[in-house]
Amino acid sequence: MNGHDDTQPIRFHIALRILHWLMAILVIAMLMIGVAMVSTSGPAYLALLALHRPIGLSLLALAIVRIVIRVLVGSPGLPTNLPRWQARAAHSSHLVLYIALIGLPLVGWAMLSAGGYPVYLSQTFVLPPIVPQDINLYGLLRSLHGWGAIAFLGIILIHITAALTHAVIRRDQVFDSMILGRRQPKQSPTKLPQPDLTAGPFEAARNHEELSPAKQPHI
Amino acid sequence: MTERKDSRSRRSFPSTSIVAAAPLALVAALAWAGGAFEPSRLSGRELTDALENGPGTHPGFRSAHAKGLCFSGQFASNGTGAALSKAGVFAPGTYPVVGRFSLGGGNPLATDGRNVFRAMALRIKMANGQEWRMAMDHTPIFPVATPAAFAELQRASRPDPATGKPDPKVMEAYLAKHPETKAFQKYLKDTPLPNSFANSQYHSINAFRFTDGQGQTRLVRWSMLPETPMAALDKAKLDVLPTNFLFDDIMLRLKASPVRWGLAVTVADPADVTDNATVQWPSARPTTIVGTLTVTSAMPEERGACRDIVFDPTILPSGISPSDDPLLAARAAAYASSLRRRANPAPQPGALGSASAASLPGPGA
Repeated sequence: MNGHDDTQPIRFHIALRILHWLMAILVIAMLMIGVAMVSTSGPAYLALLALHRPIGLSLLALAIVRIVIRVLVGSPGLPTNLPRWQARAAHSSHLVLYIALIGLPLVGWAMLSAGGYPVYLSQTFVLPPIVPQDINLYGLLRSLHGWGAIAFLGIILIHITAALTHAVIRRDQVFDSMILGRRQPKQSPTKLPQPDLTAGPFEAARNHEELSPAKQPHI
Repeated sequence: MTERKDSRSRRSFPSTSIVAAAPLALVAALAWAGGAFEPSRLSGRELTDALENGPGTHPGFRSAHAKGLCFSGQFASNGTGAALSKAGVFAPGTYPVVGRFSLGGGNPLATDGRNVFRAMALRIKMANGQEWRMAMDHTPIFPVATPAAFAELQRASRPDPATGKPDPKVMEAYLAKHPETKAFQKYLKDTPLPNSFANSQYHSINAFRFTDGQGQTRLVRWSMLPETPMAALDKAKLDVLPTNFLFDDIMLRLKASPVRWGLAVTVADPADVTDNATVQWPSARPTTIVGTLTVTSAMPEERGACRDIVFDPTILPSGISPSDDPLLAARAAAYASSLRRRANPAPQPGALGSASAASLPGPGA
């Protein structure tokens, strides 16, 4: 009845939480740099381009590290009382987010390769091309990079909305599973010992009992 | 139970606001970054649009300098450039070059005699993957100093659909505001026009920053100075010249022998204007010949290696970087936009690539 499978950890591994927030900042920065780049021909264009490539490659590297850690250490499950469509939506949107984190930098790298651009990461370091120079392929990958980024933004907006819904409306443990700081107790109607990490399942259970009878059609 | 429900509905309004506010804030931040609140911002795409307004659109061709010919050759560095820049290309040695001769304007079928603005573009490759790309023009100055003025000039030059020619009133109004464009026109009028790509000078147009091994930076411009002797065209008879005479000429010359230029690097005085391509530097500035460009063969674009290369002058080796000239970033942005445009649906063969214009490899090829 506590809405959580006790055999699974309550929170993401600390490395995954750090990576999540670091990459969140970088991804939002990349989206802003990307839209700024295509909107300007001013002096900022060159500076933005010089940032876009190394940050993109860093995200690719971080995404690979993150997937490896996640496969090794696993992840906390979703509340078992979450409607099935929501759980499915969560899993598939997370998969799409990982695909975008890997795919967009790779498409960007391939796009520059196909366009015959040297892929400068710094003033001195040039990445090798990953596809042969081919202007038709460039056209295709350039469109894929742009539309892919827009689709990525769409999924990110849904992800943020869903995360905040868990945090402030459902008030379950889903948002807490990714935060960096110590979890704060939620609305203690009675004085309870301050929960620490080991008290996680207990707190989650309390929150679910608060919400579930009124709202959650769970089994 | 009732009490709980009340407390939940009381907090549901601010809670919903929080849930909605974060994604909306992200969208607003992206709109800001994308210039939604800055209508005067000019994108690379808008610059390309301005260019394509001129001679009509020619999908699959470059938006500017549409008529061109590929060449290949090498750059032989004599080592003196190493005192000015740590770029690998200045170490003594030879470096492979792919380049392109072209005429200004967006019409790939333009007649050479009517189109007096000509250019040389180069890509020099270095062993470490670094590249030096150049897009040089045969005039030492450019008609405009800023991307905004460039777009304005292109729009003023747009043919009036009624007459087929630019509206003289619009052009007059533009020129009244832009004496630098008038000065450029005067330069073109007063300066002898070489009769070949081979005996034309080609200038970097913009200033660049050279950094030497000690970290000292100098602002420079460079020029390709032809070894082929100067001979001028009769400007009164440009109209009657054969359509492709400049391109036919360079192909014939290269069939006979390679054609060479010396690369001259000119260092600015601290007082010189380095962020404005319409302003020439005094001729007394120190100039160093750092090497020789040898062009060995030319071929039509669909068979040459140059057609799909973006000659973006901001693609530079370590030791050379852009100056504060605002045209440089604009060129990079506009050329990228033009590449994307000609990739879709597909690049077109060069106008010179007819069956008659056979590949003419030179003796060095």
